[in-house]
Amino acid sequence: MPVNPDYAGRAYPPAGPFEVTREQLAAFADAVGAGSPAHRDPEAARAMGHPDVVAPPTFAVRLAQACEAQLVEDPGAGIDFSRVVHGQEGFVHHRPITAGDRLTGTLHVDTMREAGGHGMVATRVELVDADGAAVTTVTSTIVVRGEG
Amino acid sequence: MSDLTRTVTVDRDRLVAYAAASGDQNPIHQDADVARRVGLPDVIAHGMWTMGAALEVVTDYVGGDPARVLSCQTRFTGMVVVPEGETVEVLVTGVVKKVDEAAGTETLELSATCAGEKVLGRCQAVVRRPGTQA
Repeated sequence: MPVNPDYAGRAYPPAGPFEVTREQLAAFADAVGAGSPAHRDPEAARAMGHPDVVAPPTFAVRLAQACEAQLVEDPGAGIDFSRVVHGQEGFVHHRPITAGDRLTGTLHVDTMREAGGHGMVATRVELVDADGAAVTTVTSTIVVRGEG
Repeated sequence: MSDLTRTVTVDRDRLVAYAAASGDQNPIHQDADVARRVGLPDVIAHGMWTMGAALEVVTDYVGGDPARVLSCQTRFTGMVVVPEGETVEVLVTGVVKKVDEAAGTETLELSATCAGEKVLGRCQAVVRRPGTQA
């Protein structure tokens, strides 16, 4: 089943809010082997000038993928998740994510087309804080492998 | 100058922990039967686990302050296959690609290989230079 090119350019309503907790940041840091005390120890984070413990550089993927689910699980999009391969991922941090943040994410579908028998889907999630200020932009490209 | 070379390791337990921490519960990262059914050789690591583990050399490079990692990006060019009961090594190396004195930033380029295969491609991070004011 091909991906639906009509979805290109679409934006979804904001998802969330996602509460960022110390426990989430420590668990993520443990799983990727991120050793900095800034991920776990509020005092160490404050000594670096942060209000609370700070997320590892790729933590935002947790929030971005929760937003991307709106597209991936949309039957009209034509994305067969069992055939999905992750192509690219990128993060631009407008400011660090810290424990206590309440973030919402707006999913944009930047590219959605068939190429060479595969589906190409490029998305962008703009994460903003409770004041609406930009926090992180997460870009992701997935390839939906064609049949045969 | 911090060392930008490191060997990171991954096993099935770590993938279960990453799945819980990231919310990515795709069974191809935990269940060999599901992985083989979709044509994979065995369970494979989340690409995002590999990226996250590789980025640790960057956080270290900037003195452990994650806020100095301004941006990062990668392509996923190969699989990290994680057989049951094994601990798999991923070799991460990095170089300083560019220094922007005016902006106070450096661009680091990372490479990650597993079993001789390149698993991350064009993996770059822009950091606020060590020793400069944020």
